[in-house]
Amino acid sequence: MIFNIEYETMPREALESIQLRRLQATLERAYATVPFYRERLQAAGITPANIKTLEDLQAIPFTTKQDLRDNYPFGMFAVPMTNVVRIHASSGTTGQPTVVGYTARDIGTWAELMARSLSAGGATREDIIHNAYGYGLFTGGLGVHYGAEKLGASIIPVSGGNTKRQVIIMKDFGPTILTATPSYALHLAEVAIEMGVSFQNLKFKYGIFGAEPWSETMRREIENKLHLSAVDIYGLSEVIGPGVAIECHEAKKGLHIFEDHFIPEIIDPSTGKVLPYGETGELVFTSLTKEAFPVIRYRTRDISCLNPEPCICGRTHVRMQRVSGRTDDMLIIRGVNVFPSQIESVLMNVDEVEPHYQLLVDRKDNLDILTVRVEVGERLFSDEVKKLQSLEAKIEKDIKEYLGVSAKVKLVEPKTIARSEGKAVRVIDNRKI
Amino acid sequence: MRLEQISVFLENKSGRIADVTAVLAQAGINIRALSLADTSDFGILRLIVDNTPKAEAALKKNQLTVGKTDVVAVEVEDQPGGLHRIMDILCKADINVEYMYACINPDTRDKAVMIFRFEELEAAARLLEKNGIGIIQGDRINTLLK
Ligand SMILES: [Zn+2]
Repeated sequence: MIFNIEYETMPREALESIQLRRLQATLERAYATVPFYRERLQAAGITPANIKTLEDLQAIPFTTKQDLRDNYPFGMFAVPMTNVVRIHASSGTTGQPTVVGYTARDIGTWAELMARSLSAGGATREDIIHNAYGYGLFTGGLGVHYGAEKLGASIIPVSGGNTKRQVIIMKDFGPTILTATPSYALHLAEVAIEMGVSFQNLKFKYGIFGAEPWSETMRREIENKLHLSAVDIYGLSEVIGPGVAIECHEAKKGLHIFEDHFIPEIIDPSTGKVLPYGETGELVFTSLTKEAFPVIRYRTRDISCLNPEPCICGRTHVRMQRVSGRTDDMLIIRGVNVFPSQIESVLMNVDEVEPHYQLLVDRKDNLDILTVRVEVGERLFSDEVKKLQSLEAKIEKDIKEYLGVSAKVKLVEPKTIARSEGKAVRVIDNRKI
Repeated sequence: MRLEQISVFLENKSGRIADVTAVLAQAGINIRALSLADTSDFGILRLIVDNTPKAEAALKKNQLTVGKTDVVAVEVEDQPGGLHRIMDILCKADINVEYMYACINPDTRDKAVMIFRFEELEAAARLLEKNGIGIIQGDRINTLLK
């Protein structure tokens, strides 16, 4: 079902004229209210009045995650705090997350986009949605929640964790739609089997999975094990949260980007040049309707490509291919963004010298396991076992505290971490996804 | 009364102790005492050798993490209750033993030698001496009886 037939199936020409009008309005507001954007545009010798076509957007400088960090916490907000009704945050470098704000209208927009997404994934107002995305600063849980209410479906705000209780709820409440990270969906399936509950006997029809990279192989595994039809959802808190793009369950071939609210571009990450449809590069978004936190040419670091071909579902919005990787070294561990530099900061605080470390990511029983290997130099070393064990425990605690992710610390001998061309190999990702 | 001990960090992998003994053998180092403490992940090899600086240099050259700690070599009567007498003195004085292990005796056959690691080495050694327990001078263990 298409939630908003008028906008989601709008002919391209009409859609593009709405995009241009909204782009001009966004630029004017950002220029007038956010010093960062005004200075960037001035430095590039541009005023919002120079933007006369959609192609003119290409002259505007990019915005990066670092720019958002530099303006921590509220420097990028385009409205006074009295108009901000919600604040979310995603993990950034140690102690400094990326903070985003929403006006009441932004929350309405987000609910609309999530209602569209849930519909595209197969949900209707008759459905019961089991929402296992985490509620909190992370946008996943509340994003789905508001969308489900907008759609008129019944939502179970179960959030993450306590998997056995979740299985009992699935058995007793009979939800028909599952929303979760793909790895947690598979974990749910395994725990259900252990508890003697078969997904075949549950009422699930559709599942909407995202917030971490996954693959076609994983989709087949989820569909086979959970007996439902699975689609991919995409979003990031900087742009709005989940609901930037959604796969339709009819085609399951790329995610429709809601182009009446966002302009996507694919760029060459090294030159910044905009690439034509079909070519693979870094995904860049400009928001068209956001009030509190507009983003202009925001570089996501996600690698994808755009497909403008008409879709069997009837939507006219361009489709992005499922994200195939990152242009930086960010890892997503159980839905949490982790940069090796964050781990490095934690280790620096422990040792005060440049640490030699390596992140090892595995997926066991469908859950991500992060192991941090740390070389033991003379400064860290002790002749007492308990001191080394408490060192491990301290690093684990600091990582949990600063990054919000559980890690196992393993002390290793010096020079055992592989170095290629003199540079340490910082990440080994063994996840088969 | 201090005795210098070398400790080496080892990952719990097969053959690692042999790697260390090979390095020491090649450098012509005589091992006088040794103990290994390990967990599921890593181990700490503690050594008393006849030439500490030379052993340290050889191990570091082979990219091992080496630490140095002062320990005390204590004479233990080679008869029932010999060790208990020492433990009893320490216990009553509330002195904590971090770890201990056996060592060969360079002098006599009627006494065993235990290596003790204390948090407060001086206080522990003085207490034992005051109670008539023999403490072996570090350099005797290190260098004599080659
Ligand atoms: Zn479609």
